[in-house]
Amino acid sequence: MALLQFTDNGIYCPQADVYLDPWKPVNKALITHGHSDHARWGHQYYLCTETAKPVIQYRLNPAHVQTVKFGEEVLIHGVTFSFHPAGHIIGSAQIRVEYKGEVAVFTGDYKLAADGISETFEPVKCHTFITESTFGLPVYRWKQQNEVFDEINQWWRKNQAEGKTSVIAAYSLGKAQRLLHNIDSSIGKIFTHGAVENVNHVIRNQGIVLPPTQVITKDIAKKEWEGALIVCPPSAVGSSWMRKFNPYSLAVASGWMALRGTRRRKGADRGFALSDHADWQELNTAVKETGAEKVFVTHGYTELFSRWLREQGLDAHEVKTQYEGEVEEGKEINNGQDSEGAKED
Amino acid sequence: MQPEPNSFYLFATMKNFTALFTEIDHTTKTLDKTKALAAYFAQASDQDKLWAMALLSHRRPKRTVNASLLAQWATALSGLPVWLFEESYHTVGDLAETITLLLPPPQEQSDYSLTHWINYIKALESTDIEGKKEKILWAWDRLTEEERFVFNKLITGGFRVGVSQQLMVKALARYSKVKENVLAHRLMGNWSPEQGDFQQLVFSEETSDISRPYPFYLAYALEDTTEGLGDPLQWQAEWKWDGIRGQVIVRERQLFVWSRGEELVTDKYPEYEAFINLLPDGTVLDGEILPFKDFSPLTFQHLQTRIGRKTISAKLLKEVPVAFVTYDLLEWQGQDVREWKLEDRRKKLEAVILPLNNPVLRLSPVVDFTSWQELTDMRLRSREFLSEGIMLKRKESIYRDGRRKGDWWKWKVDPFTIDAVMIYAMSGHGRRANLYTDYTFAVWDGNQLVPFTKAYSGLTDEEIGKVDRWVKQNTMERFGPVRSVKPELVFELAFEGIQKSTRHKSGIALRFPRIKRWRHDKPASEANHLSDLVKLLDRK
Repeated sequence: MALLQFTDNGIYCPQADVYLDPWKPVNKALITHGHSDHARWGHQYYLCTETAKPVIQYRLNPAHVQTVKFGEEVLIHGVTFSFHPAGHIIGSAQIRVEYKGEVAVFTGDYKLAADGISETFEPVKCHTFITESTFGLPVYRWKQQNEVFDEINQWWRKNQAEGKTSVIAAYSLGKAQRLLHNIDSSIGKIFTHGAVENVNHVIRNQGIVLPPTQVITKDIAKKEWEGALIVCPPSAVGSSWMRKFNPYSLAVASGWMALRGTRRRKGADRGFALSDHADWQELNTAVKETGAEKVFVTHGYTELFSRWLREQGLDAHEVKTQYEGEVEEGKEINNGQDSEGAKED
Repeated sequence: MQPEPNSFYLFATMKNFTALFTEIDHTTKTLDKTKALAAYFAQASDQDKLWAMALLSHRRPKRTVNASLLAQWATALSGLPVWLFEESYHTVGDLAETITLLLPPPQEQSDYSLTHWINYIKALESTDIEGKKEKILWAWDRLTEEERFVFNKLITGGFRVGVSQQLMVKALARYSKVKENVLAHRLMGNWSPEQGDFQQLVFSEETSDISRPYPFYLAYALEDTTEGLGDPLQWQAEWKWDGIRGQVIVRERQLFVWSRGEELVTDKYPEYEAFINLLPDGTVLDGEILPFKDFSPLTFQHLQTRIGRKTISAKLLKEVPVAFVTYDLLEWQGQDVREWKLEDRRKKLEAVILPLNNPVLRLSPVVDFTSWQELTDMRLRSREFLSEGIMLKRKESIYRDGRRKGDWWKWKVDPFTIDAVMIYAMSGHGRRANLYTDYTFAVWDGNQLVPFTKAYSGLTDEEIGKVDRWVKQNTMERFGPVRSVKPELVFELAFEGIQKSTRHKSGIALRFPRIKRWRHDKPASEANHLSDLVKLLDRK
């Protein structure tokens, strides 16, 4: 019997009778992080990292959530589980599963480069590596984070000088906080869309410092946000909510913005290729560092990335899952009790 | 007043052009684009200016390196297997960009002018493959990522950057202080950055180019009813023909025929040679290049058989003869008459054309009407007259340039519609790259689904996103960029015409098919049948 199996409910460990990021309601679910394609509603018991819990609690409000520290071992029916930083968003983990000397690691979503706010990715040795491949094509190569933020700061300053408001679309959970943490907040005031501010509130409550932000409400005078930065979820792009910020420049922060076609399609003035997923090089590095011989690719360019890995001599396969990675059109999927804008990535 | 001509301290390089390109690419606002262009014109040398204008108005240097060779060399440099390069290309949807993204970083720098690089590329024409390769690799190794993209685009063509001719003229007017409509005219026709002289082109009132056409006045579609147009008697109505918009010029005993795409097409329509003897020097006519036989227009499909041909055979000339159906007079006795009122131009046009009684040079008739209701009824009969609707022109109006609202409207007939099932999806190019946007549709023939058309446009971005996701989750098979999908989604398609076709399995071909709406309410079983399409064929 395999240590982990791919079932209709999700990734299953028969020996321990638990699921990893299941997409159908189950009894026991080990959750990598709080994005809604990974942390779904309706399970009996949730297990996640301490820092991932507040968001999961806020979004799903389940009756039973247990937490573990990073690296802490949990024994379930003889199977050892531990959570290791995935670097995707705050609290996001890879889940290591060990039974009788056999080790498998499930990444959920991840990136290797440090973003200054999430716990930085740590490679974990294993026999079987279950990886995402949202950006598993060589055309995706991220610039250094500081270069991207230099561009964003420059864009904000330029808009300010021209009397424009800067509106930037970023997933409300994860990207928005990374943006707030790294942007030069001395440039001007920062306002947020309600969906972003709700998550900010949760994140601040867990002791993480973000620059001051003010949620946009009806009673704020227009002149208040002149020259300011406004952070909103992708779903707000093109909405009537946005019109009141005229004149504004619109930017989108997403890995998909690496391609000119996607940038132009978005109808945004600027597209900043800023992703919380590994790029091509990072995916390859991650696979190599695990030392794994067997690789399963769960979402993204699964077919191409697994073929590439096979050509590198690995036993690689694509598996069909319901994870979505970074959703290109930024459509927020509501499942269960998601409030507006809570689904990201 | 002219700005200072090309002084020695004024120079701009490929870097400036790349910066211009990037800046234009970074905004959706025409005002910002105009500003960026005007600023570029102020720094670039005259020769670079000409090239920038040429590139942005779709006059490109001749292609000197084959695209597949470029791909091959870039693949080798990237160290990737061929299939992965190809998959990357499918995803990116643009070869120049794919190469840019996959090449290793450059080892050197350079700061040559735009003209230098264009000449560098042009010089490759007479070089053998090895020589081309060496030159291209040398260049790639000396250009930054953004510059490489521009460089690759110079080779592969297709500089789509959201700058219309009108916008470029506006920016140039801002820089040169020459009036926009004057500039629009000066930039028409035969100039080329190789032979052209910027000062001469932009500032000189004289032109040696006797073929120079006038900018076409283009109509917007009438979206509302005719109610907003006021008194019907102030309007002239004509049939809208489904041919190619053209301008016929007779000057100094020579004939020139321009298509709307600013292509000189005189040689393609030998029927028109006779015009030299029919029209006096200094005559310019606006009208439609229309296949015409036995006193009746033929379909656009007929015209298509002539468009692509380099030489027109006697057989084809006999099968698909072409007439020029004129509806406006732009120059008369060597005088630009665009400032005359339409009714006066029309009067003169009739006086010139009608007495000729020529089967090739025809006058487009006006459609008589006295009330909007009357015209509404006539419009519904457009297809009987083999026209695609009505053109409305204000009698008082002058002949303007470019697409402008107010005086001219096109009022097309409602299209045919049919409900069809999506069976294949292909990822798009350009701004639709990496997204399944090109679909093949089928209708029922018995219990079989027969593909009969492709359609690309018509859905909102939000719907495209939904369909894209659905396609990815409901793929049955993949063939390169194409996926076959479960036959479940039904769409209402609109199209302008339908023809028999031996090239299509279904036996029919549609004109301008596009998606009208997504029929969420219909299961695939309720889509139309092939027989429904055949009925439309018979009705015509």
